[in-house]
Amino acid sequence: MSLSGAASLLPIPFRTLFYREVHRFFIVINQTLLAPVISAVLYLFIFGFSLGNRFGSFHGFSYLHFLVPGLVMMGLVNNSFQNPSSSLMISKFEGNIVDILMAPIGHVEIILGYMLGGMFRGLLVGTSILLVSSFFAPPPFSHPVYLITVALLSAALFSLLGIVAGIWAEKFDDLAMFPTFIITPLTYLGGVFYSISILPPFWRKVSLLNPLLYMINSLRFGFLGVCDVNPWWSLASLAVLDAALFGVCYAMLKSGYRLRR
Amino acid sequence: MKTIPIPDPPVPALEVRSVSKNYGAVRALDGITLSIPRGELFGLLGPNGAGKSTLINIITGLVRRTSGDVKVFGYDVERDYRATRSLLGAVPQELIYDHFFTVRQTLKIQSGYYGLTGNAAWVEELLERLELKEHENKTIRELSGGMKRRLLVAKAMVHRPAILILDEPTAGVDVALRRSLWNLVRQVHAQGTTVVLTTHYLDEAEELCERVGIINHGVFVALDRKETLMQQIHNRRVTMELGARVERLPEDLASLGATLSEDGRRITLLVDRSDGSLQSLVAALGRESLPLVDFQVAGAGLEDVFLELTAEPSRGAGSRGPAGVAR
Repeated sequence: MSLSGAASLLPIPFRTLFYREVHRFFIVINQTLLAPVISAVLYLFIFGFSLGNRFGSFHGFSYLHFLVPGLVMMGLVNNSFQNPSSSLMISKFEGNIVDILMAPIGHVEIILGYMLGGMFRGLLVGTSILLVSSFFAPPPFSHPVYLITVALLSAALFSLLGIVAGIWAEKFDDLAMFPTFIITPLTYLGGVFYSISILPPFWRKVSLLNPLLYMINSLRFGFLGVCDVNPWWSLASLAVLDAALFGVCYAMLKSGYRLRR
Repeated sequence: MKTIPIPDPPVPALEVRSVSKNYGAVRALDGITLSIPRGELFGLLGPNGAGKSTLINIITGLVRRTSGDVKVFGYDVERDYRATRSLLGAVPQELIYDHFFTVRQTLKIQSGYYGLTGNAAWVEELLERLELKEHENKTIRELSGGMKRRLLVAKAMVHRPAILILDEPTAGVDVALRRSLWNLVRQVHAQGTTVVLTTHYLDEAEELCERVGIINHGVFVALDRKETLMQQIHNRRVTMELGARVERLPEDLASLGATLSEDGRRITLLVDRSDGSLQSLVAALGRESLPLVDFQVAGAGLEDVFLELTAEPSRGAGSRGPAGVAR
């Protein structure tokens, strides 16, 4: 069966919502795709080339090789989050959220439509960063199946978080709290730019409370075959978090929380 | 789209039973009961904040009722929400749109939400009928207010709903568009669609609707056929045109409350047809030798009904209002 043939088996409302979510971010591609890729390339130059020599090697890999999985994950989670959260917030702000709320679309279809739209954008940005980075430090792809699984689960997790945030937020300022106070600090402190092995014991233990640390290291394991944490426990935890957040989204939609008065 | 089976009559198109809605301490709807048979063109009237939009939003699923039942062709709007939303099409009051997309993309997406992909011919017809065809590739930002309003109507009709709800569809549109929307409503209704119309323009309800419900402070203060409601307003405005100027109003007419225009060529008065005033007027005219050239009696319009019923305190309206008042 062809891809389009398989897609035609999916419910039309879900496919429509997915199409809308993807089409929406392609309309503003400079902002949604090019900007994060350029930011990642700048990080690559500043940290990888300028300061990289000071960090030494990581399990035999150059600092540039170490850095790339972190940058890919950073682009992936940020954009997976931003797509559904900004889409929902804009829809609520402009009022067109009623198009979804008055239509005969099931709660699961709504979640999947927004989630897959966010995942698509996150994975597209992550892949673009990887492609550009590969010119400077082609990664070895040690565990490709694991790598793809982690990327999918991470994108799903942050898309689901984006749905929660988009429903919860009542104004754009509420929404800005997530990247400012949660995602960016956890990403920067989650080992994008350094291995926690260089931290003092206390801060190493504190870092282990950061879920982004496991995601970034899991992706690093997929690429390089080495990381700071147990990759299999990380994968299992990621799957559990995905399921839990899906449940939260479902409960919010079913109850009409901040959507239906 | 999965076809939703519509049960045979007597199941009404829309049934609202004892529906209440509280927003915190504010009671927006207070035990509303309403039954709209299939194929009716029903007018829902009321002043701002009366509860019209709350009722419509409960029917469409945007607002959760506090108590009561709402059924669309026998399906519960919360339990069987997929069925009821497939049967309903609603034009919201506000000009809301998704500015990322063009007119055609908007209708394609709206069709998809209702599970439709093969309705291109109907979309084409809607674009033609609503005079949007030449604007189909414009983004919504590029449309005028009237075009946006027409697009909202097209969106509501894209899945050929069995019930079309129009919440103030002609607010802020010019006379020509208003007339064209009226024609469209008539056509859709003639094809068997049940139509629920809320409007501030009472002439619109008078022109289009068969039955009217007037809501105030969350309760129906009137619910009947519009002719019946208008019959219940007793005042008639009588205008007499005179062929020659008269200097002074005859005593008999002055005692009935008549007034003479400044140019002395027109006498007007309000006559309550229930208290014998009309008979007194005819007798007075017989006694006076006025140079009458024209005599007009204007009946009450829906506006008179509306003003009379919504001006009085809502809680007492039922006991003092005309027959046909619903609580």
